[in-house]
Amino acid sequence: MSIAPAAAAVTDADLTARYYDLDEHDHPEGGSTMLGFWIYLMSDLLIFAMLFATFGVLGANYAAGPGPRDLFDLPLVALNTSMLLFSSITYGFAMLAMQKGVVRQTQLWLVITGLFGAAFLGIELYEFAHLIHEGATPQRSAFLSAFFTLVGTHGLHVTFGLIWLVVLLVQVEQRGLIPANRRRLMCLSLFWHFLDVVWIGVFTFVYLMGMLR
Amino acid sequence: MTSQDQHWSMLFGRLSLESLPLHEPIIVATFAAVALGGAALVGALTWFRLWGYLWREWFTSVDHKKIGIMYMVLGLVMFLRGFADAVMMRIQQAIAFNGSEGYLNSHHYDQVFTAHGVIMIFFVAMPFVTGLMNYVVPLQIGARDVSFPFLNNFSFWMTTAGAVLVMASLFVGEFAQTGWLAYPPLSGIAYSPGVGVDYYIWALQIAGVGTTLSGINLIATIVKMRAPGMTMMRMPVFTWTSLCTNVLIVASFPVLTAVLALLSLDRYVGTNFFTNDFGGSPMMYVNLIWIWGHPEVYILILPIFGVFSEVTATFCGKRLFGYSSMVYATVVITILSYLVWLHHFFTMGSGASVNSFFGITTMVISIPTGAKLFNWLFTMYRARIRFDLPMMWTVAFMLTFVIGGMTGVLLAVPPADFVLHNSLFLIAHFHNVIIGGVVFGVFAAINYWWPKAFGFRLDPFWGKISFWCWVVGFWLAFTPLYVMGLMGVTRRLRVFDDPSLQIWFVIAAIGAGLIACGIAAMLIQYAVSIIRRDQLRDESGDPWNGRTLEWATSSPPPNYNFAFTPVVHDLDAWDEMKRAGAPRPAGNFRAIHMPKNTGAGIILAGISTVCGFALIWHIWWLAGVSLAALLITAIAHTFNYARDFHIPAETVAETEAERARQLAALKGAAA
Repeated sequence: MSIAPAAAAVTDADLTARYYDLDEHDHPEGGSTMLGFWIYLMSDLLIFAMLFATFGVLGANYAAGPGPRDLFDLPLVALNTSMLLFSSITYGFAMLAMQKGVVRQTQLWLVITGLFGAAFLGIELYEFAHLIHEGATPQRSAFLSAFFTLVGTHGLHVTFGLIWLVVLLVQVEQRGLIPANRRRLMCLSLFWHFLDVVWIGVFTFVYLMGMLR
Repeated sequence: MTSQDQHWSMLFGRLSLESLPLHEPIIVATFAAVALGGAALVGALTWFRLWGYLWREWFTSVDHKKIGIMYMVLGLVMFLRGFADAVMMRIQQAIAFNGSEGYLNSHHYDQVFTAHGVIMIFFVAMPFVTGLMNYVVPLQIGARDVSFPFLNNFSFWMTTAGAVLVMASLFVGEFAQTGWLAYPPLSGIAYSPGVGVDYYIWALQIAGVGTTLSGINLIATIVKMRAPGMTMMRMPVFTWTSLCTNVLIVASFPVLTAVLALLSLDRYVGTNFFTNDFGGSPMMYVNLIWIWGHPEVYILILPIFGVFSEVTATFCGKRLFGYSSMVYATVVITILSYLVWLHHFFTMGSGASVNSFFGITTMVISIPTGAKLFNWLFTMYRARIRFDLPMMWTVAFMLTFVIGGMTGVLLAVPPADFVLHNSLFLIAHFHNVIIGGVVFGVFAAINYWWPKAFGFRLDPFWGKISFWCWVVGFWLAFTPLYVMGLMGVTRRLRVFDDPSLQIWFVIAAIGAGLIACGIAAMLIQYAVSIIRRDQLRDESGDPWNGRTLEWATSSPPPNYNFAFTPVVHDLDAWDEMKRAGAPRPAGNFRAIHMPKNTGAGIILAGISTVCGFALIWHIWWLAGVSLAALLITAIAHTFNYARDFHIPAETVAETEAERARQLAALKGAAA
């Protein structure tokens, strides 16, 4: 743009106001957090995508060992799945309580969520122990390597989610539902539902379709 | 095994006195030199009582500018190490003829070429590029810091932790002897039972955490923190290329994390992902690692394309030709970079159709790249070009990179690749694009932004000596490799039977020597510039008559960058502000909200280093303890809610008044 001399009505103060934000307010704290955490989740999803791809490629390499039909106990896995799905619903209730600003109710739903999560992990560990006991170890074949790694990585995520949940319970107890804690609860909420979605992939792709192989 | 041995291995895992390479005189001498130099450095820091200063002002700093500078220092230090490896290879290959074994045994030589590749990509090029983005992007978008300042500090230290592990492998144990991508089955436990591959894995995993997190950080920063009025299509080109780069980082580094995790499971647990038996598939690894690896080369070059765009526009004194086509070309390259990975192993035998697909996508990627080159050329067309050092590097880049690009298109033809695969032609090609592109670009960027970072220019005399040594040295070192590659000489060879090849390797070694002179001149350039900083001082904050917002503030910028956030009305915001003659705000300063420094990043990274070391040497108790410590420290950090403070309005007013006096004095001197 050009400032012609005729436009002398434009004062220096006007120009300063045009090019500088003179009435600036602090950036809202944590304004990027949800976006940042979402991007992190997508990067994590990519790790799962690689594990799914690996399972897709190696999932039929039984090396003369046991296959899905010999190993998987679908009713048990269905029970396990329901644990995780319920935990997602209860986390949703925790978020509703948080929106209403009720600390105790939020904590209660978080505890219930944690219990469902722990039940999921317990059943998964039982399943793993059972498989290993039967000789279907991660070392037995590429199929089992891929299976244990994919399902185990998901289980590891749930474990970290549980640790995080306990930490947040303490922090909500200490400081209440302050904005920082709300943000953290929202992030864990994203994380928790994300694990749910990944598990639906695992259930479908590994267990159900595995039985069809 | 005696009970004493058992106790030893419980305490120290695989680590023993034999792990120290005392039988390798070259390494012992290097260690002596490093130990003496390190002791001198530590002594000097202690003598001048600098530890407290370094800790408070640098190590724990969450200021994106300081973190950016620390990345550059890390890159420079590792560059000297990586280059030392290069010189060792050049000398070995120049003398290992006519029955001579050279001076490096195969155990050592194989580590040298592996370490060279790993260091140059992960711990030189990546820190340089990340450092530039860290320093420049927030300034260019008119922000006060990145979105997650603590995460930024943590990312830097995780990258450094990886570098520390690689350096440790030189003196404690060994590094991988597998080549820089550690293909199985060679990198599997059966063929590489030692600690070398484990050093490789954990160094990259720890550094990879840092890289991924810094990618997330910069995406959030660019998306959320732009100054008012800076729409996407008003972002400076460097910011655009940084955005695309960080998208690539976030969308590819997790792949590396996953594939290295699978390799470590194979090595530590005995799974069968990449083994030859029990259903494993080594080619799965090669596919997966190149799905990361190809985007990686664009992670390195895209921000550098941004650098050249900024430099060309500035030193031609006009708006970049074809801004929007530049943006679209960048985005197209970002997407295409995911569709070409298989060209790294056409010889795997995927069949004609698959190879054709990847050959064609590879050739297609040269179209947006070509568009960029024409944009730079058209910007230069009929411009009054100022040939300062950044512009000289840019011209050298254009001439060099075009050749590298063309040999790349040659390699993209699958039948040609069957002849050239793993040959020195390939080595020459990718050094041509990485040195001619990334390295030249980093030097352009250092010369361009140094005055912004430190308030004085770099000495042009030594810079020009460095420039000519580098450019001539590069061509002398790599043209012979092109020639020999066409003759069928393969990479990673330690000794040669055919004496007629020796002359080519001697020429290449002379080229490496010339590059060494270029590096020496560059170091002298830095030293001379620091000593003569008063003569080279730039007080304007805008020494090159720049066009983007980083030049709108003082050099070095105050820690809050901008007292008032600039409002953007057009591309090249600062250029427009200068032409409009907008006066700086003189009063009504406000307190500025800033993040607090924290030591959590360096502590977490330190624990990670210990954990990595313990895992490498199978010191299980230490691995467990450090993992627990890592978790506890991270959780403890989340209990710290007091992470910000306000710079009082009076302090801002004082700083800005000082700046106003400085500018007025300059104006008075000019008039």
